[in-house]
Amino acid sequence: MYGKKVKLRFLFLVLLLATVILTVFLILQSLKENVIYFQSPSEINSLIEIESKKIRVGGMVKEKSVVINSNKVNFIITDFKNEINVTYSGAVPNLFAEGKGVVAEGFLKDKNYFSATKILAKHDENYMPPEVKEALGVK
Amino acid sequence: MFANQIGYYSLILGLLFSFLLCTIAIQDFNKVNKKLNENIIILTFLQLTFVIVSFFSLILSFINSDFSNETVFNNSHTTKPLFYKISGTWGNHEGSLLLWLLVLTLFIFLFLLKSNSQPKKYRILTLLFQQIIIIGFFLFVLTTSNPFNYLFPIPKEGLGLNPILQDPALAIHPPILYLGYVGASIIFSASLAAVAQNYISQEWAQHIKKWVLISWIFLSLGIMLGSIWAYYELGWGGFWFWDPVENVSLMPWLSLTALLHCIAVLERRATLTSWVVVLSITTFTLSMCGTFLVRSGLLNSVHTFANDPARGIFILIFLFVLIILSLGVFFIFHKDNNVNQNNFFWLSRETSILINNWFMMYFLSVVLIGTVYPIFLDVISSEKISVGPPFYHKLIAPFLIPFLLFMALGPRLKWIKSKIEKKYSIIIIFIISIILTFFIIKNLTTNILFYTLLLSAAFFLFFTTLKEFLTKKLNNSSQTIAHFGFSLLILSILFNGILSSEVITNMKIGEKFKFGKGEIFFKKIEERRESNFNSIIAFFEIKDLEGNVVELEPEIRVYNQPLMVTSEADIKTTLLEDKFIVMNLVKGNEYFNVRYQSKPFMVWIWISVFLLGLGGTIGLFKTRT
Repeated sequence: MYGKKVKLRFLFLVLLLATVILTVFLILQSLKENVIYFQSPSEINSLIEIESKKIRVGGMVKEKSVVINSNKVNFIITDFKNEINVTYSGAVPNLFAEGKGVVAEGFLKDKNYFSATKILAKHDENYMPPEVKEALGVK
Repeated sequence: MFANQIGYYSLILGLLFSFLLCTIAIQDFNKVNKKLNENIIILTFLQLTFVIVSFFSLILSFINSDFSNETVFNNSHTTKPLFYKISGTWGNHEGSLLLWLLVLTLFIFLFLLKSNSQPKKYRILTLLFQQIIIIGFFLFVLTTSNPFNYLFPIPKEGLGLNPILQDPALAIHPPILYLGYVGASIIFSASLAAVAQNYISQEWAQHIKKWVLISWIFLSLGIMLGSIWAYYELGWGGFWFWDPVENVSLMPWLSLTALLHCIAVLERRATLTSWVVVLSITTFTLSMCGTFLVRSGLLNSVHTFANDPARGIFILIFLFVLIILSLGVFFIFHKDNNVNQNNFFWLSRETSILINNWFMMYFLSVVLIGTVYPIFLDVISSEKISVGPPFYHKLIAPFLIPFLLFMALGPRLKWIKSKIEKKYSIIIIFIISIILTFFIIKNLTTNILFYTLLLSAAFFLFFTTLKEFLTKKLNNSSQTIAHFGFSLLILSILFNGILSSEVITNMKIGEKFKFGKGEIFFKKIEERRESNFNSIIAFFEIKDLEGNVVELEPEIRVYNQPLMVTSEADIKTTLLEDKFIVMNLVKGNEYFNVRYQSKPFMVWIWISVFLLGLGGTIGLFKTRT
């Protein structure tokens, strides 16, 4: 009925469509497994169950909360409503300081205790991550 | 003071010249004469001159620390070394856009100079499309990001440049990267013009190839410079973090690389015309998106600098206008009139190029989705997420295996139709690669199957390209060198990733720290003063298991303006391994936070990108016989 060329083109289009759908599916699937959610101390406080997934916590480093010894850095992240204890063994970035914004990545042990695997550095001392801003309610 | 006014009025004159140029070009378009009106080139040159004058007056303001200029006030300081005063010109938003404009006007001028043998109407249309982009950027600079705003009363001292930008690699990174980004604008304008004139042909491919190569080389080197900077300045010891700001530079690179290969097919086989146009449009759109995403503050990135949303909206609207314009031109004018359409033999060089093109499009979509999805989710559900490296590794690495194999085999095939001949050498190389990989992997503790496959594929490409050199079949040296560079890049990234090791600890002065592969001794610290920072230099001795001692001296700098602390890593580079140490000081504490890394084959990553660039450069200067 149709010419060979039309059939070929149709086949090509179907293949193309299938590939695209497969690709998108593949990407979205692994996206689900690999995204890291951001939460503020208040959001964590209102959690019902603690998941074992990696998350980010952001807020201010509480004044006079940083304690350093030979292999650990402990501090408290606060959003001035709730706070959470963070423990971290690794290099802290230079812009990490008491009373400054911070984003920590890691795992929740319970609602008050967070074990960080990474403290994120920022380039600019005036810059506050949008999430932290929102968590602190700054406009 | 004067520099300010000169700079500002030059910009306005430059904009007026855009309109003048458009008018003259449109008049000239319908005239019967075959040659381009000489005045057009002169006017383009004048426009370029005005932008240069404007740019240099900004540089002058920076050198003189003229704080009546708001941009200078915000980004400079009298105690800053001269070199960084100058590089501060484009280290900020306003100045970097002026640099965009400079490159835009420079490229269209060079294009008109170098395209004498091309049809007149095609050249005029290219000029017109380019002027639309240029006008857009002029308006953007003048309305939202004027680099010549006055400040009164004149401040005595500036706010200073972000110290981590005070670095030689980052001083030249933006201009080089922009040459690549903006180079894509010429490809964009030229391919739209060629579509409108129905001129997408083999001759056109030959002529546009040089421009594609130029922007590809600069983009590659620009990305590498940024990566080198991140490696030693950010103190994480990595060179690529899959951070959104890095991703937006990788995306145009991927589509430009795909375009580069398609142009080669178009040049030989006069086919894939629509695809070439689509890729040209994509590349430039992605470059613009990059500027938009970085400058609008939409991206949540570790590289984000404080910025202004109003600018983002302008670029976004402008971007939409350009996309609609280009798609309009494409759908209205594009005729698929080539003879060889759908005439691909399954075993031929163009088929393998096409397959790898699809792979590159796949990589591009992975990076694109990973970068844009968090923004999208934030807008629709205000959930904050970030996408980490595992996502990219998982989705990209497996597909690198067939990608590398096609890269090795493709150039060995003939155009149009190739036969499966008994090529023992290829089979032997393939077996050697697998055996070699097997013995390497056996001694390492990694995921055996996956890494064996990936490494074998990389070695296979490595040896096949190496063999090309040795058998002196250098008829296509630029391609061979670039592919060789790419195999080296993958190999060094893989070995670097597998073999790197890291120790993080908190240490006091005089302490020793033992770890699996040796010992770190924190000898002492010294203080030093420079014009714009004070520094604490620490002296470390790293002793490995054989007793070899390496001395490393990382620094902590306290900059005076803006008041900011940075860590300067100390790196000892050898061909086999980088030893990297960086330290931090937490305020009011006697402990220094020390991070020591051993990074094997680090230097080969940079060397291989240079090889890629070298391959491109050879391709640029070689005329095909």
